[in-house]
Amino acid sequence: MVNYYQYSLKNLRRRGIRSWLTLLGILIGITAVVALITLGNGLKTAVNSQFGVSSTQAITIQAGGLNLGSPGSAVSTPLTKQDAEAIGKLSTIEFATTRNIEQLIIEYNNKIKVNYIIGIEEGTEKESYELIGIASENGRLLQSGDSKKIVIGHNFIDGKKNGFEKDIKIGKSLMINNQSFIIIGILEKKGSFIMDNIIIMPEKDLDNLVHFGDNVDIIGVKVKDKDLMDKAKEDIEKLLRKRRNVKVGKEDFQVSTPDAILSQVNSVIGGIQIFIVLIASISILVGAIGIVNTMATSVIERRKEIGIMKAIGARNKHIFLLFLVESGFMGFIGGLLGVIFGLFIGYFGTVGINNFVGITAKPTINYFLIFFVLIGSFLLGALAGILPAMGAAKENPVEVLR
Amino acid sequence: MKEKEKIIVLNDVKKFYYMGDNIVHALNGINLTVYKGEFIAIMGPSGSGKSTCMNMIGSLDVPTHGTIFLDNEDTSSLSESDLSELRGSKVGFIFQQFNLIPNLTVKENVMLPMDFQGIPKKERKKIAEELLRKVDLTDRMDFYPNQLSGGQQQRVAIARALANDPEVILADEPTGNLDSKTGDRVIDILNSLNNEGKTIIMVTHDPDLAREHAKIVYWLKDGKIEKITKKKRN
Repeated sequence: MVNYYQYSLKNLRRRGIRSWLTLLGILIGITAVVALITLGNGLKTAVNSQFGVSSTQAITIQAGGLNLGSPGSAVSTPLTKQDAEAIGKLSTIEFATTRNIEQLIIEYNNKIKVNYIIGIEEGTEKESYELIGIASENGRLLQSGDSKKIVIGHNFIDGKKNGFEKDIKIGKSLMINNQSFIIIGILEKKGSFIMDNIIIMPEKDLDNLVHFGDNVDIIGVKVKDKDLMDKAKEDIEKLLRKRRNVKVGKEDFQVSTPDAILSQVNSVIGGIQIFIVLIASISILVGAIGIVNTMATSVIERRKEIGIMKAIGARNKHIFLLFLVESGFMGFIGGLLGVIFGLFIGYFGTVGINNFVGITAKPTINYFLIFFVLIGSFLLGALAGILPAMGAAKENPVEVLR
Repeated sequence: MKEKEKIIVLNDVKKFYYMGDNIVHALNGINLTVYKGEFIAIMGPSGSGKSTCMNMIGSLDVPTHGTIFLDNEDTSSLSESDLSELRGSKVGFIFQQFNLIPNLTVKENVMLPMDFQGIPKKERKKIAEELLRKVDLTDRMDFYPNQLSGGQQQRVAIARALANDPEVILADEPTGNLDSKTGDRVIDILNSLNNEGKTIIMVTHDPDLAREHAKIVYWLKDGKIEKITKKKRN
């Protein structure tokens, strides 16, 4: 058996920088694919956490289509408290709560900022907190009977992050639409950009500022049992169609289950992944063409060597395999480095996402993928080398030695 | 006297090349028989067809007309790959340009022909080291060809030619790129190989070299054997 591997590696080393440049296309492509798939889990966990999906038994109802922007904005026929009451009476529903969300002007330390404020319905505070999935880190949450009091998101504490250039503590007051509100609690860090920057106040205080009356932006519902989610969704849709007088398929409201939100988010991420994999594939293809080119050049450069080897007894098969293995090696090394870089980026990328949004996602190391990539990149390299290797095998020793 | 064995036979070998519209008659009917253990030289000026003749003898090339037998095998009946294998085991080549593989070490170069014959690695190593001892290059085994002088490179080439213990050593102007002193050393090695029983075929344009060492000299001119001179035994 000829020592193809040693000979191939020596030739790759001999070409030095040219070998590396040839590897680059495959290297970049594989790096992108491996990094992306390794990041995938962290990416999904991070994005999902941004939507505050906490309870598997929660259903969120909004007027208008599903809106990932400011909830309740651009709504023609708003939902009402009466809608919520009716929904709360459905047999599948444990309870229904309402929330209003407004953007208001906040003043502190002589700095002004526009911020989201959630109004929490009086009497169902505990239920609302369960649905939104929040708890206090310091102080306490709002209770029935609280007035002119607020609870703030975790990012408000730090003067560098809150936009007011001064740390905020419990007991301080914020000016909201020129009225003073005292801070009685700080929320736990959620890792969600929205929830960490929110202000919570009693609904009637918010109504005093904005005057929305019986209209509500969001009805939050807890379903009696996880298995009843689909049934509950249907019940709510049926009820609201009747109350709002709309036909099936023409709904001007949106009933979102956690599954629906997750699947929508995941389909967006999936789309991005497909896009990046597509671009990575182009890189890999270009890399493969680069290998064809380098190998073809190499055959021409080494014609004499081929002639010598044939003179001392190399069969066509030997020459063919020498070049094929060499070309396969180029693919393999590109793939190997790509896997290493990709895992590196994926791992530290996940750590970075974790630190940035405060979640704990584990990088997914897909051993099957790594195995497949390594084998695949060798085969791709070999495939790219087939034609040049055939050319090399066909060289006539006499022509070549002249 | 025991009967001499034929190792290479050329029967009316002709070789034509097309160069544009012209046909070049490189060989024009060569008849030649080489017996085992002989030291022969093929002499001739450039353009006489001696390189083509050497390619035919070493079965690197196939004739346009005529037949060639290498160790009783008709080379025209063999596929290109089988020819390579036969060549690899029966003929050892020594070239004017040494033609070592530049990115293999001296030892790896010597091991390469055995590689192609499928000899196990341990044995390849052992034989290569033995042969390099024979050409006095034990201390250069792990060097690369470009780290050696011309004479040393040619000795490596000789060791490589001997790797598969071939019947025939085919040397094409083996001293052409060497000064006279190192050239003499190479010729000495060829002579001692001949004394050990190897058949040596040397192609050269140097009449003194041919006359002094070869027992039979074939003088080529215009693709034909012009005359044959035999050295008398001293």
